[in-house]
Amino acid sequence: MTIVQFVLLGAALFSIGLYGVLTRRNAVLVLASVEVMLAAVNVNLVAFDVYLGDASSAGQIMALFIIALAAAEVGIGIAIVLMIFRNRRSADVDELDVMRY
Amino acid sequence: MVAALTPVATRLALLAEEGSHEVNAGDGGWLAAWAWLIVVVPMVITFLIVFFGKRSPLKGWGMATFGMAFVAVYGTALAWVNLQDGILYEGSIEIGKIGEFPLQWGWVVDGLSIMMYFLVGVVGFLVFVYANGYMKGDVRYTWFFASFSLFAGGMLVLVSAPNLIQLIVGWELVGVSSYLLIAHYWEDFDNVDAGNKAFMVNKVADAGLFIGAIIMALSAGSFQFSEIYESMVGGNGTLAQFGFWAGLALFIGAMGKSAQFPFHVWLPDAMAGPTPVSALMHAATMVTAGIYLVARLFPFYQLPEYGADVNGIITIIGAITLFFMGLLALVQNDIKKVLAYSTVSQLGYMMAAMGVGAYTAGLFHLFTHAFFKSLLFLGAGSVIHAVHSNNMSDMGGLRKYMKWTFWTFMIGSAALVGLFPFAGFWSKDEIIASAYYNASEDPTAAAWFMVVLSIAGAFITAFYMARAVSLTFFGTYAGHGEPHESPRIMTVPLVGLAAGAAGAGLLNMPGLTEVFTDWVTVRAFPIMEHHFEAPSWGLIAIVTPVVLVALGIGFSIYRPRPTQAERDAFRLPVLYPLLDHKYYIDDLYMDGIVRPIMGPVADGTLWVDEHVVDAVPNLAGGAAKHTAAAVNTFDQDAVDGVFNSLSSATGATGGFLRKAFTGRVQQYAAISFAGVVIIAVLFMIF
Amino acid sequence: MTVTFADWITETANWVFLLIAIPTLAGAVFVVTARNVVRAVLALVVTLAGTAALFMMLGAEFVGWTVVLVYIGAVIILFLMGIMITQAPLTRKTDLSQPMSMRAPAVLLSVILFGVIAWAVIVSFGAEAVPLPDEATSTASIGETLFTNWVIPFEAVSFVLLAALVGGISLARRDPVEEDVG
Repeated sequence: MTIVQFVLLGAALFSIGLYGVLTRRNAVLVLASVEVMLAAVNVNLVAFDVYLGDASSAGQIMALFIIALAAAEVGIGIAIVLMIFRNRRSADVDELDVMRY
Repeated sequence: MVAALTPVATRLALLAEEGSHEVNAGDGGWLAAWAWLIVVVPMVITFLIVFFGKRSPLKGWGMATFGMAFVAVYGTALAWVNLQDGILYEGSIEIGKIGEFPLQWGWVVDGLSIMMYFLVGVVGFLVFVYANGYMKGDVRYTWFFASFSLFAGGMLVLVSAPNLIQLIVGWELVGVSSYLLIAHYWEDFDNVDAGNKAFMVNKVADAGLFIGAIIMALSAGSFQFSEIYESMVGGNGTLAQFGFWAGLALFIGAMGKSAQFPFHVWLPDAMAGPTPVSALMHAATMVTAGIYLVARLFPFYQLPEYGADVNGIITIIGAITLFFMGLLALVQNDIKKVLAYSTVSQLGYMMAAMGVGAYTAGLFHLFTHAFFKSLLFLGAGSVIHAVHSNNMSDMGGLRKYMKWTFWTFMIGSAALVGLFPFAGFWSKDEIIASAYYNASEDPTAAAWFMVVLSIAGAFITAFYMARAVSLTFFGTYAGHGEPHESPRIMTVPLVGLAAGAAGAGLLNMPGLTEVFTDWVTVRAFPIMEHHFEAPSWGLIAIVTPVVLVALGIGFSIYRPRPTQAERDAFRLPVLYPLLDHKYYIDDLYMDGIVRPIMGPVADGTLWVDEHVVDAVPNLAGGAAKHTAAAVNTFDQDAVDGVFNSLSSATGATGGFLRKAFTGRVQQYAAISFAGVVIIAVLFMIF
Repeated sequence: MTVTFADWITETANWVFLLIAIPTLAGAVFVVTARNVVRAVLALVVTLAGTAALFMMLGAEFVGWTVVLVYIGAVIILFLMGIMITQAPLTRKTDLSQPMSMRAPAVLLSVILFGVIAWAVIVSFGAEAVPLPDEATSTASIGETLFTNWVIPFEAVSFVLLAALVGGISLARRDPVEEDVG
């Protein structure tokens, strides 16, 4: 096995997630795409952790922190989407253009 | 201006002959070692007020005032010990590293910082007491005291800083609390604008402070003031090479905070905040942070090898500020703005004093000014409280209604204009004497410019105060309702400050008392300045008549409270419009800097849309029409087709340009990611 | 130690890798392109399960199981709740994604981003091998480092979670005043 194959997988996942973030119109799906990007980062961290054989497992610990923070992010994200939906009856990010001009 | 460029040792010997002050100091014992409490207590109290203020019986006022009382008592104790034995102490804790530079939090206890602790504590305590009455019934009463405590804590972080990093931290803390307090009544957009203006003008100047701190640290090898001085004594070629630029950049930072020309524009607008804020922050303490910075770095600015070249610039800026900003106070109708321009002008005196090498005189004026100017602001606040207007045309005759306010305001005015024996007389006279001494030692045009402007400044000060006092307290009342004296909780602090304004001058009468000189010259690095052994009678004989004449003219014009038409009659044709528009400096900033930057983003697109984009179909349409007219047989549909497709292309272009400002988050995300990709590619290539 | 393609393709672990990676990528693609909201979120399960499997393959068992528990167990449920509450249509819909004018630059950007990362990684690491660990990182050792070397970041994260909890409640809570009116 090579380190490159893991990092390339991570890069591919990240790019796919980015595409999703940029093109999805439903806010929940934008959040789902962000999760794909975060998963890509985790793949990188764990792969490099194993590659470097770090004694304090920095990569794995970081991945755990990212998982925890991602859970918090989704919680808050969904809450925000919920509030926006309550106020505007829509979860479509295109309609969130009050900052226009 | 520093005289001939003599080496350090020669200069020190020279000054010793002239009777320069000798410094011998102890370490202050436990009192100095525990002085960090001065900084920590207001900070902790800020948090306590934020979290528990609304539930506490006094709604946060009690806690805030307790904090200031603590600082006042501790500061007084330190000042007392300092006068007995002298205190030179520097405590610090290392909290991290920036590269090779240790990051330290520390507290300096020496003459200069003790003076500021004392000032912040005593004036702050009185202003906080007063604020209880002034802010009564305010919607954000608790929040006001939280921000005010934050300011006090930030100011103390600033003055206790043993290094430039901590100084910057304190600098920004007072900046942010200033912003919060100026925009305290944020329901009114004008107040929010004033807060933003203060913040942004200060930020521009702060760039100078950062650059200066970085140059200083890189060339002296440390952010610590003590280590910078050590390297200066040891002779530091790098610092000597960059000394001018470091000094200039740091001075630009000081200009912002101390509202020196051309950064003065924020201070008059900052009067949008509550009056206690104007009194404590925008008169007594925060705006003196710039003076404090120059005073803290005074040895650096005095040594000809390092920053002395900046002194000429400091003097000229100070002189311009003290004179031209004083003139602006003549045309203000808002009593707080009169006092604001007066503050700017007095800050000019202090800065110019630093420039001519009069360390003690500048700080002494800072000290006395803190008392009498906060007294005047609080008096103005008391008047505003009574008549519910800032405008002097709604006042008049208040002498009869508000006895306490009137008499304390008179004492403050007397101190400000420099009447014997009030505080301002001694401090201003010392500055003028120092300027004169400097000019006679080193007769350059700039030095004499400073002397003339400082005397002219005294004239203007007396004139605008005569105007303000006449319009406010004399004549007949022109406002609505029945004005009434403010409650006891507001008048008692006025009396306390009036005592300071009347008596603070006695601390430093040349030849008689040298308490203040002994106090502030306790510094780790000897302060080199000329020390006056006797009052300069010659200058007093010039300045006092000048002040009296100005008062006489001012009272004779404004005592009868002339009507608007009468006042218009003696307006000077060119000068008045110039002053009325504040020398057009604000307009210059708005039209010259702010709008050209803000505008193009919106206007540029609009212009492209209207001119370029519209021109395409117009031109193309015109051309097509001519072609059609010339070649009559040409198929009408084809022409139409070209025209239609051109205009739809134009529409698409316009639509495309508009898309840059859609407010769509995803487009912004795409653009920023594109930026990241471009940077990554550049990294890979290079 | 570099690896040639022949070595690579004959190694069993790499077949396992491909077996996991391909569904993972396919799931990810489905997440960002599916026309049905619920299916997109379920595809996310596949992607996350794939990464969890990769973690276990690399010996990071604890992280792998955490992904399964936290992501697949909890986060996905949150997503489905979000979909339910925002009443997203559960049938096929064409306007779940932006129109082509937005999708094309996004594709371009993603491909370039992937290209840049791939380029950087290949230039830096070439075909260097990863030695598979003999035994998995034990949960005990993870716990030990977490509470010795990483205890302050751990506390910080716990504080963030608390803040998120409070924030989530205060955001999603219906305003009591509003309720009185409505």
